[in-house]
Amino acid sequence: MADAVPHETVSAFLSIEHLSIAFGGIVALDSLNLQVPRGALISVIGPNGAGKTTLFNCITGLYRPDRGRVRLDGRDVVGMKPDGVARLGVARTFQNIELFLRMTALQNLLLGRHLHFRAGFFAAALGTSRWRREEVHHRERAEQILDFLDLQEARDRRVSDLPLGRQRLVELGRALATGPKLLLLDEPSSGMTAEEKADLVFRIKDIREEMGITVILVEHDLKLVMGISDWVAVLDHGVKIAQGSTAEVQTNPDVIRAYLGEPEGWTSAGQVGTPTFNG
Amino acid sequence: MELRQRYEEDLTLVRGVLGWSALLALLAFLALLPVLAPGYFLYTASLVAVHVVIAVGLNLLVGYTGQISLGHAGFVAVGAYAAGVLATRLHVPWPGAMLGGGIAAAFFGFLVGIPALRLTGPYLTIATLGFGIAVNQVLTNWEQLSGGRTGLFLPKLAIAGVRLRDHHIYYLFAGLAAALVWIATNLVRSHVGRAFVAIRDSDIAAEVMGVNLTVYKTLAFAVSAFYAGIGGAMLAYLLGYLEPQLFTLFESIYYFSMIVIGGLGTIPGSILGAILLTILPQQLAGLKQYLPLVYGATIVLVMAVEPLGIYGRWLRIKLWFKTWPF
Repeated sequence: MADAVPHETVSAFLSIEHLSIAFGGIVALDSLNLQVPRGALISVIGPNGAGKTTLFNCITGLYRPDRGRVRLDGRDVVGMKPDGVARLGVARTFQNIELFLRMTALQNLLLGRHLHFRAGFFAAALGTSRWRREEVHHRERAEQILDFLDLQEARDRRVSDLPLGRQRLVELGRALATGPKLLLLDEPSSGMTAEEKADLVFRIKDIREEMGITVILVEHDLKLVMGISDWVAVLDHGVKIAQGSTAEVQTNPDVIRAYLGEPEGWTSAGQVGTPTFNG
Repeated sequence: MELRQRYEEDLTLVRGVLGWSALLALLAFLALLPVLAPGYFLYTASLVAVHVVIAVGLNLLVGYTGQISLGHAGFVAVGAYAAGVLATRLHVPWPGAMLGGGIAAAFFGFLVGIPALRLTGPYLTIATLGFGIAVNQVLTNWEQLSGGRTGLFLPKLAIAGVRLRDHHIYYLFAGLAAALVWIATNLVRSHVGRAFVAIRDSDIAAEVMGVNLTVYKTLAFAVSAFYAGIGGAMLAYLLGYLEPQLFTLFESIYYFSMIVIGGLGTIPGSILGAILLTILPQQLAGLKQYLPLVYGATIVLVMAVEPLGIYGRWLRIKLWFKTWPF
């Protein structure tokens, strides 16, 4: 992939330029460029270890990249702490669900409202009317999200007692509760039943269309990705090997090689002989 | 079961006729205690108030925020000696000395909280353990400050020149403990308490959701140490006398046992644990040398049988009756 930065840099809502990070000798991201327009819904796919989650960790400030820039609405977020990035309007879910397991679903969502609290420590300690008004206001917002995700029945249950699919929804709800501008979903459908997945597709569409949130989706389930993404970026070994519509990337030989490996008969150098596909 | 119709109702601390009756009965009991109980028991009751304050503070840190402290006697000592020095050397009246003890301990809590940003699990436990031992060593050796082995004598508690008697001290301490319990209850149901619990359950997720770990971890340490410091200052005035041997590793484990046995991460559990572990050792005075063994064995037993302590068991029993006969 060429190092030239595409022209839409200026207008992109999230602009990632030459992003690189290595852990020891392993290059997790290698000069990655990605431009996401405001209001878009795009997907990032790739085999295991391609660097998809690392990309999310760099955007949210959990990792500090070795090189490159991550700009949100023109503002460089590299070097900011995760809570600072969250305040700029970035929310995410995790591949290995990171819920507050001993809280109820409602409390998890209320924690999502945390960064909107203006009442200070002493207002909370004394339970002042100002704190109370604020708490009630945030509860209303959290209840709306519980309604939207159809989670009322889980409201007062500890999330550790919920099945996996519900836990994923609570995590999505917690991310929405922060009132994000950019939502990063890390394999939101894994562990869900087919029916739950179908629901999820509609909800992600709603999040984008009704709430106007820009969404980046990391997913293994290609069927889910195909239905809803504007376009797809494919990562392999930290390099973006393809970008385009789902139809385009599906026929891209680099993508096929990344997912299925070298066709039989090809040497590793890829020069000798004619490729022969069996069957 | 009554249905709640407004979000405000979710924020009410005392609910329904039953809740109010229980609270009034409790208050009446506490108010009548000096009439009902013998003089010696009033001292024990005041000591319970001291331990309630310390245990509630410790539970905010250990049970709610998940930062284990095995050096809490260090914070109690800082509060006790700060109050003692303020009262004896600078002749500060007792309310100022007590508040000063709390603030001094909170400052040390803040300092110990800074390494907690990098240390987790057993490493943090060892650091707090070291802090507790260090405070004890400094007090033992810095004799100008602590009076060394001869000790430090505090003035008697008095209001407007009138010395407080045992039942006055009891009312004062019970009131202080009640106020601090009320504040802790407010904190844990607010966004501050949720941030504490979030850090305990998943600090990564807490941070990504916008909780500033630096602020909230040091805050948890400072608040917890403030409670320990106030408790220490109360203890100093109750005993009227301070020596470094009152604040050893054994006391740290003693406070820790209270919250584990009473119930980690619950305010009522802290109170139950403090009551039990104040009264029990006095009843077992003949077995004094075996007490550490009893505490250790009890912690192991509670962890194995009922990790949420006595209060957790009570909640289960309540649930059983609520759902009976199913």
